[in-house]
Amino acid sequence: MNKKYVIGMICILFFSTPLFLNPYWVDVLNNIGIYAILALSLNFILGDTGLFHMGHAAFFAIGAYTTAILNTFYHIPIILLIPVSGIAAAIFAYIVARPIIHLRGDYLLIVTIGIVEIVRIALINNVFEITGGSNGIFGISRPNLFGLIIRKPIHFFYYIWIFLGISVILFYRLRHSRFGRALNFIKEDEIAAEGTGVNIVRYKLIAFVIGAFWAGMVGNIYASKMTIISPESFTFWESVVYFCIVILGGSGSIIGVIVGSFLLIGLPELFREFAQARLLIFGLAMIIMMIFRPQGIIPPEPRRYNIKSLIED
Amino acid sequence: MGFIHMALLHLKNLTKYFGGLAAVKNVSFDLNEGSILGLIGPNGAGKTTVFNLITGHYVPDKGEIIFNGENIVKKPTHKIVELGIARTFQTIRLFKNLSVLENAMSGYHCRMKAGVFACMFKPAWQRLEEKKAIDIALKELQFVGLNIDLEQQAKNLSHGNQRLLEIARALTTSPKLLILDEPAGGMNDQETKKLVNLIKKIRDRGITVLLIEHDMNLVMDVCEHIVVLDNGEKIAEGTPDEVKSDPKVIEAYLGLDEE
Repeated sequence: MNKKYVIGMICILFFSTPLFLNPYWVDVLNNIGIYAILALSLNFILGDTGLFHMGHAAFFAIGAYTTAILNTFYHIPIILLIPVSGIAAAIFAYIVARPIIHLRGDYLLIVTIGIVEIVRIALINNVFEITGGSNGIFGISRPNLFGLIIRKPIHFFYYIWIFLGISVILFYRLRHSRFGRALNFIKEDEIAAEGTGVNIVRYKLIAFVIGAFWAGMVGNIYASKMTIISPESFTFWESVVYFCIVILGGSGSIIGVIVGSFLLIGLPELFREFAQARLLIFGLAMIIMMIFRPQGIIPPEPRRYNIKSLIED
Repeated sequence: MGFIHMALLHLKNLTKYFGGLAAVKNVSFDLNEGSILGLIGPNGAGKTTVFNLITGHYVPDKGEIIFNGENIVKKPTHKIVELGIARTFQTIRLFKNLSVLENAMSGYHCRMKAGVFACMFKPAWQRLEEKKAIDIALKELQFVGLNIDLEQQAKNLSHGNQRLLEIARALTTSPKLLILDEPAGGMNDQETKKLVNLIKKIRDRGITVLLIEHDMNLVMDVCEHIVVLDNGEKIAEGTPDEVKSDPKVIEAYLGLDEE
């Protein structure tokens, strides 16, 4: 109970910060939030299931472009497009993941890198004449939440971070249930998981589909926040950043992933003067972490069960 | 001879090639419900291959595997587990970083129903199901005699306890047939003795047991029926006493006197 109290206090404090910050820093927090949700959805695939997936920007892109195209061509409201973008990304994920789902470790990694590159190049080449080529798509409208148009950074702060909060709750519940355990069994030992009755192909696919669904929804938020999107935002490097957030933060750990987003997205803003050396420091930090703390900054806590109450029953 | 009698597991002309090598060649035997059958043979005789064929890890090139009246050839492993065949592994394959309790609970996974949405929104039946999973895991852990801290990671257990945990995990799938792949491997005499009792206790619950074992004392002690493999072929079958005195078996194990 005490722990819940502390977390509640931190949340309230955090949610009041934009009242004291200038819009620039609020926007930094917004970016952190967007990366955190993306990393959380990747964490589901990479951290919980142990699938080396480095193509998450592809799902993000599908979601963002679905929103951009449907909104600019057909003027469908942004809010309605949130689930649509998620579903589009999820369907895409199912189609590309189905044939490669049996691949393991680095083999899967290479194929997923291929996916994100194919998507980016397809967008640049203006497939079906709807993606706007390398200029991208502009003029995407703002989300209209029951008459309130979300426009200013502070609006987006609450929009993004409440979305993150809901995602955290749902991912936490998934992790602490039959479903999350099954993913962990697959991560620990695929053959043993199959041998104890887990349909591993199915669970891996669902992990991909759910991760992509969330990335697609974040794509919607991103598109309406920027109002302009272009293929540059969905490069392989973006995928690497999400990957690093999960690995550095602590793969499988929800709090770890959020802390990782603060470090990887927030810190570079604090040290603007060292922008030149950013990659150098970044690489060095990665090496040091892998040597001294390979499980990440905050590794996942083991699930606890209330055994005593059951025995006494 | 009697008419077709229903065995729980019926293998017919089972054959598996790896490249040009016949790992298992025309092996047939029946396993009656409620019995303990031992599968023995020298190293490389094809025992584990037979196991992997039954559990669906390999697909046989020829032959039938009838379990409970149903042909299970080409069914995926998790389906076979659902039908009621559970196994342990020759080299221990626990989920090392997960707790003892979660390892035991994993077997019950295939009896649960909660999908993604139920796990996200936790309706009452889902909570009940979770409780039941813990309940059954605790029961099986007690049954195999693991009275230890259940929240520690499985990798911290002693070798003997890890073997017991694997058996508990297999039992939570509520199997009709339990396949044990060298369960006494790496156990000391005392642990082996306990294991013999445990296997008999499992049979007394009505679960049929198929056993691969190198420890001949254990096999002779616990099995009612023995099948002997050599070079992928069945060379003998019968009660422990019959098998022990079979000249073909003695030849396979000790080699032929060359005179």
